[in-house]
Amino acid sequence: MNNWKMLTLVGEDRPGIVARVTDTLFRGGWTLGEASMIRLGGNFTVMMMVAGKGDVEAVLRPAASELGLHLHVAGMSGGLHRHLVPNLQVRVNGADRAGIVAQVTGALADTGFNILELESDVAGSQETPFYIMNIQGYTDATLEQVEQALQALGDIDVSVSPIETLIG
Amino acid sequence: MAELEILKVPDERLKRASEPVLLFDQALRDFIDDLEETRQAGPGAVGIAAPQVGWFQCIIIIDLSNTRKPVPNHGRMVLINPEIIHWEGYEMGREGCLSVPDYTGNVIRATRVSVKAQDPAGGELEYEMEGFEARALQHELDHLDGMLFIDRVVSRRTDLFRRKVYRKGGKRKG
Repeated sequence: MNNWKMLTLVGEDRPGIVARVTDTLFRGGWTLGEASMIRLGGNFTVMMMVAGKGDVEAVLRPAASELGLHLHVAGMSGGLHRHLVPNLQVRVNGADRAGIVAQVTGALADTGFNILELESDVAGSQETPFYIMNIQGYTDATLEQVEQALQALGDIDVSVSPIETLIG
Repeated sequence: MAELEILKVPDERLKRASEPVLLFDQALRDFIDDLEETRQAGPGAVGIAAPQVGWFQCIIIIDLSNTRKPVPNHGRMVLINPEIIHWEGYEMGREGCLSVPDYTGNVIRATRVSVKAQDPAGGELEYEMEGFEARALQHELDHLDGMLFIDRVVSRRTDLFRRKVYRKGGKRKG
């Protein structure tokens, strides 16, 4: 039976968040699965698979409160060893404006592109923000078909390149 | 010929450095046959190094002649005591490994390399390689030093090394 839970923690960034959270989980008898942790806008964000017995929220609540972290726990289907290997990378950048992500990912979705990972950032300055996005995903469509789908995006620079995974 | 067992992480032997081959005899050539059979049995493996099967001598095989998308290559190469004598450029690419099941990650490698090696009869070889083939060589050479690609994985956030010239609005030039 799958006993993984998806745990989300978000709060103002400071040193020691990961150490405190994972130590509390470890002492509470919980094990970790796959995780993604990153600083976004001065906040530290954690999404993490955890498995164990009992109430993980009760275990973690005191530490989360002390660290000023929002804590959310959800049951989940799925489990480990379900990786998909991406075969296409899409790099996007342009002067920041509303709708970039919706347009790019909409065009990708139309080709059956499955986004496995998306990182985006706003560079530049407050006056001239510059949007940068890096998407890795899998599609059965050809690179040319994906490029074709992205052609009408006007002011945004988009480049599509194949990801060949070397196995050796 | 026999398919050999692939060592998998966390087997400590994968961290062991290999010794140079000094004797170019029939036993070496028999082993190379087995190593090649093992590579071919691996799912989509473009290379293999002797220590991956617990044989700690400087022997690698790489073969980029059969990739999904064709890349510049020298066909199948058996390289004994390989040594990179020149390298230039760097780029990021995704790698996996027969010894590290169910994981792939991004690794920075030199774009172009020159390699000196010996063939299974002890004769001198020298190749210049680029791109995917150069990457495969570096991946396999790492095995001879007891290194795995997971020792070199970098975050995609560090992908500052853009190779392609951007195109405005996704339009193709020419």
